[in-house]
Amino acid sequence: MKYGVATSSAAEALFSNPLRSLLTMLGIIIGVASVMVMMSIGEGAKAAIEKQISAVGTNVLTLQPGTMNRGGRNQGGGSGRPFNETDVAAVADLPFVESATGILSGQANAVSEEANWVTNIQGGTASFFEVNNWKVDEGRAFSEQEAQGGAAVVVVGKTAAKNLFPGGNIVGQRIRVNSVPVEVIGVLESKGQGGGGGMGPDRDDTLVGPLSMVRNRITGGNRWVSRHVSRIQILVQDGYDVAEAQEEVSTMMRDRRRIEPGQPDNFMVVNFADMIKQRAAVAETMSTLLAFTAAVSLIVGGVGVMNIMLVSVTERTREIGLRMAIGARGGDILLQFLFEAIALCTLGGVIGMAIGWLGVLGYAQLSQAPMVVSPIIVATALGAAASVGLIFGFFPARRAAQLDPIQALRYD
Amino acid sequence: MAATRPIISCRDLTRIYRMGDQEVRALDGVTLDIHEGEFVAIMGPSGSGKSSLMNLIGALDRPTSGEMWINGRALSEMNRDELADLRNETLGFVFQQFNLLPRQDAFQNVRLPLRYARKDVGDIDARARACLEMVGLGSRMDHRPMQLSGGQQQRVAIARALANRPRILLADEPTGALDSKTTVEIMQLMQDLNRQGITVVVITHEAEVASYAARQIHFLDGKVEADTAHPELKRARGG
Ligand SMILES: Nc1ncnc2c1ncn2[C@@H]1O[C@H](COP(=O)(O)OP(=O)(O)OP(=O)(O)O)[C@@H](O)[C@H]1O
Ligand SMILES: [Mg+2]
Repeated sequence: MKYGVATSSAAEALFSNPLRSLLTMLGIIIGVASVMVMMSIGEGAKAAIEKQISAVGTNVLTLQPGTMNRGGRNQGGGSGRPFNETDVAAVADLPFVESATGILSGQANAVSEEANWVTNIQGGTASFFEVNNWKVDEGRAFSEQEAQGGAAVVVVGKTAAKNLFPGGNIVGQRIRVNSVPVEVIGVLESKGQGGGGGMGPDRDDTLVGPLSMVRNRITGGNRWVSRHVSRIQILVQDGYDVAEAQEEVSTMMRDRRRIEPGQPDNFMVVNFADMIKQRAAVAETMSTLLAFTAAVSLIVGGVGVMNIMLVSVTERTREIGLRMAIGARGGDILLQFLFEAIALCTLGGVIGMAIGWLGVLGYAQLSQAPMVVSPIIVATALGAAASVGLIFGFFPARRAAQLDPIQALRYD
Repeated sequence: MAATRPIISCRDLTRIYRMGDQEVRALDGVTLDIHEGEFVAIMGPSGSGKSSLMNLIGALDRPTSGEMWINGRALSEMNRDELADLRNETLGFVFQQFNLLPRQDAFQNVRLPLRYARKDVGDIDARARACLEMVGLGSRMDHRPMQLSGGQQQRVAIARALANRPRILLADEPTGALDSKTTVEIMQLMQDLNRQGITVVVITHEAEVASYAARQIHFLDGKVEADTAHPELKRARGG
């Protein structure tokens, strides 16, 4: 095959009638643009979910009151028997537990010298930061002694910090939480939003203080339960099977509460990372489906290209005859028209990608949803466009290649 | 001349066109030899089968029956690709309507057969330039067909036919669209090429054009009616 002459002839045909080429590409342009937008939405959702999982931690279990139904959903959040600090100690003693913290949470009305801010407060032990894999950006976290001694200190999340001290300079300031004066000793790094699709609660809108201080002075806790905690977070040792750990925590709690076999649990051991992954699988199926729908428009575009290529072969019958008369083989003609179709589609793909990219930017701006344009998406979109050219260009190209030289030359 | 091997050899060629249930016998038993280095004019009334024969010799068409050899090779034994290569390497074709690619300039048109060549042709650009200079268009290389006169376009077409240094130049009414002055120029060019050793076969209606050829073959109703190389033919027919 003579590739040089085939390519240059194809390129020449493409640019000799730009408007027609553009119109022919239209279907491909739209197809590639929509494939790209759909895939970007899917990738964006996937990236958001990965971020959530890493924010939650893959080896963290949460023990909370209530019962689990078959679908794994929470049935009536706060029902079931509450936990206390002896439960936390029992869990922490399990051999596979790296560390555990009880958490007591409640509403907090925080007042700084600059502003008022309604947020929530979580009381925890010093392990809170390790279990949640949550680092302190500025200042420091509270120590075990401070936690035990019930020191009047808090570490604040980014959102709470920004709203309480719009002017910055936070560490060392005093604020009042539900009228109780406390000292701000640190600011937590940002964790972002918790729920799916970037729409969940803002995890940075919180205050974290020593458990006993929060219970005794700020939220009060459940007065019928001594040393009450609302939930227990458990960090499972690296390398230990998290599902296995989940099972063992459950068995131990049933033992502690003397729940008879056959009776339902009155607590749940939740693996949030697992739940997010399940939701992610559903989201992925959805975006695959959407990308597939977009691909259908690529096929329609391909049919359009085939149609115009057939017209083009007919129009250029004499030219084909001439090329054959001076020695072009059928294969040379085939290649020329195939290249033309592929170039047409690939160029349409590039334009479609540019438009799709604008669409992605626009959509991300409007919806605030994260969208990702990865090299894989670019390669897929371009590859799909080129394949459409190859597949739908083949029939017209073969028709050109099989023309009879003398009939083609005489055609008018 | 008879001592040399014929470069074109036709034996009992027929070419029948079928249109519905109608049959047109364009060629009806043509036998003829053309030797290397000859300059042959093919004449005859319209519809007598001249172009039909030329298309067979040019390996553009296949006969209904009969056999032909170009340069010693039987065309019936060659496949499509081999025929394409034969057209590219051994034959040069010049058409009445020039058949240049309108969007390409003279230089690009002449380069085209070189770019389809499968054997090594050396420096394509240099060769194309040399061919255009040979036909006197060295200063018009970047002109498109539209920007050239008819005679100049036919010169480009001849340069294109010569690009691969063919052994045979076939021309079907090359001066049919040209005035008499340009006709003389083109025929002189053909004569020059023939003197350089290229076998030339020209179809023409005009006696003046035919006079440039050393040998004239007359066609009538798909048959050879007269051939100056074989004066006995006419007598044999009693004409
Ligand atoms: N493709 C074709 N289909 C049907 N009939 C054809 C075809 N080509 C030629 N013919 C017929 O074959 C006969 C010979 O045609 P040809 O073109 O060889 O004549 P010609 O001698 O070249 O004539 P002219 O001097 O007019 O060019 C004519 O009767 C013509 O109508
Ligand atoms: Mg003719």
